[in-house]
Amino acid sequence: MRVNIRVFARLRDIVGAAELDRDIPTGATVRQLWDELVVEFPDASAYAGSLSAAVNTEYAKMETMLHDGDEVAFLPPVSGGQLLL
Amino acid sequence: MPTKVLIPTPLRPYAGNQDVVEVEGVTVGELLANLTGRYADLRKHLYTDEGRLRSFVNVYVNDDDIRYLDREQTALNDGDTVSIVPSVAGGAGPAVAEPSAAPKLSNEEVQRYSRHLIMPEVGMDGQRKLKAARVLCIGAGGLGSPATMYLAAAGVGQLGIVDFDVVDYSNLQRQILHGTPDVGRPKLQSAKDRLHAINPGVHVETYETALSSQNALRLFESYDVIVDGTDNFPTRYLVNDACVLLGKPNAYGSIFRFEGQASVFAMQDGPCYRCLYPEPPPPGLVPSCAEGGVLGVLPGIIGTIQATEAIKILIGIGEPLVGRFLIFDALRMRFRELKLRRDPDCPVCGDRPTVRELIDYEQFCGVTAVPQTGAPLEETSVEGLKTRLDSEDDLLLLDVREPQEYQICAIPGSTLIPLGELPGRLAELEGRRNIVVHCKSGVRSAKAVKLLREAGFSDTVNLKGGILAWIDRVDPSLPKY
Repeated sequence: MRVNIRVFARLRDIVGAAELDRDIPTGATVRQLWDELVVEFPDASAYAGSLSAAVNTEYAKMETMLHDGDEVAFLPPVSGGQLLL
Repeated sequence: MPTKVLIPTPLRPYAGNQDVVEVEGVTVGELLANLTGRYADLRKHLYTDEGRLRSFVNVYVNDDDIRYLDREQTALNDGDTVSIVPSVAGGAGPAVAEPSAAPKLSNEEVQRYSRHLIMPEVGMDGQRKLKAARVLCIGAGGLGSPATMYLAAAGVGQLGIVDFDVVDYSNLQRQILHGTPDVGRPKLQSAKDRLHAINPGVHVETYETALSSQNALRLFESYDVIVDGTDNFPTRYLVNDACVLLGKPNAYGSIFRFEGQASVFAMQDGPCYRCLYPEPPPPGLVPSCAEGGVLGVLPGIIGTIQATEAIKILIGIGEPLVGRFLIFDALRMRFRELKLRRDPDCPVCGDRPTVRELIDYEQFCGVTAVPQTGAPLEETSVEGLKTRLDSEDDLLLLDVREPQEYQICAIPGSTLIPLGELPGRLAELEGRRNIVVHCKSGVRSAKAVKLLREAGFSDTVNLKGGILAWIDRVDPSLPKY
């Protein structure tokens, strides 16, 4: 099945796009999709612990099961433009 | 088929002292209309003069808040139970004085606020609520600037601001509370001047302190709404937890480059920041000087959304941005909205909270300095670098900043390889010895030194203080950023 992935903030830099489509096995969860994404974009792995996800614009847990055509958003936290040195 | 309606204790005197009444209605709206038709006194407690359900009255169908269903259009089925749940003092609703107790408006104020007053949603009652209201803004920076300026202009009676920073040239691109002549002044002073110029009728209370677990509850206590304009994760979690513990609405906003986020947290039955982000990001992921940056206009948009939400909550109109997480993308000029619910397992606002008092947020976010392990970092001063550049031919000065930073200023003779590209470009350094690495202030270059030493470049040292120290002590002709 095919899902549409949307990424935000720093993940956009890492993925190099705001959205992408990927094929995943039937019955895969948000976490499995994320794990696939990390294989493709290893730099994203650092965000695993502090990530927030939404399926079809509704906040979702990592255990949420995905369906064909779902739109999955991954949102890393954003602190507010602080410039650390 | 009548539906059972549970009447809460404070409203029972207006419903014939009954705790349950049976009322007909195909939708919640129809049922409430029939209910208030039967008990006229109940009407003013549930509805505003304009016929809108009061914002502090929550209606549930069985276990679901109608705000998450079809609101007043929610259809009723056989066997449904409708509960009316008004927020009570000490709960999450802002404890704004009722209009009768709220201060009157002077003729001058009537003139000033006339464009508010002629709208039925605000009117005299709403404006008096604003005058009686107290809003605390955490931070007088990018988000706090537009938020406090519009709240002052709107006539919020008391504005509190927490900040301890001094105005810097690099703030002026977005922090419109402060002007060029304010550079070097405490932000609270220029904020107070600016807000007073906009509206001298607003009492501005300033708190020149860092918000902490020790002072947050005391500071928040006397305010109705908190506007979170902070710039770091420990303070974000601190503001969130304090708001939940005190039942104060948290008008949240956050910005990064061209993207902004906004929501209202800690409203009764609504989610909090921890429902969205239970765990803070590892400290290394907080945008660094290279990765940060923000479009100057962006906090203007997000900060005014925060001010809008604060005003709506204070007056009790409209639909608050509760349970909705708004994401704004300035480059694509798009708003997206994600639905968000209170997480019953949330450690702060969940059904069985484990965080019942404020904690150490620096530690929680992992930003407390940890003792360095391993060999001490080899570093050189900018004066030492100058001497070596003048005397050594084979010295490699490696700049690990981003290309756009290199364009602003660079130390002559340096080679640019951004930190993120370094692991993949080690081959370019093959055979080089005597490497000095620098960045803006020395943090990224320290990471690069560690990486290079582990890769076998054992003669690598860090430039202490980065290019900023170089500009300060060796070449003041270069621009600082």
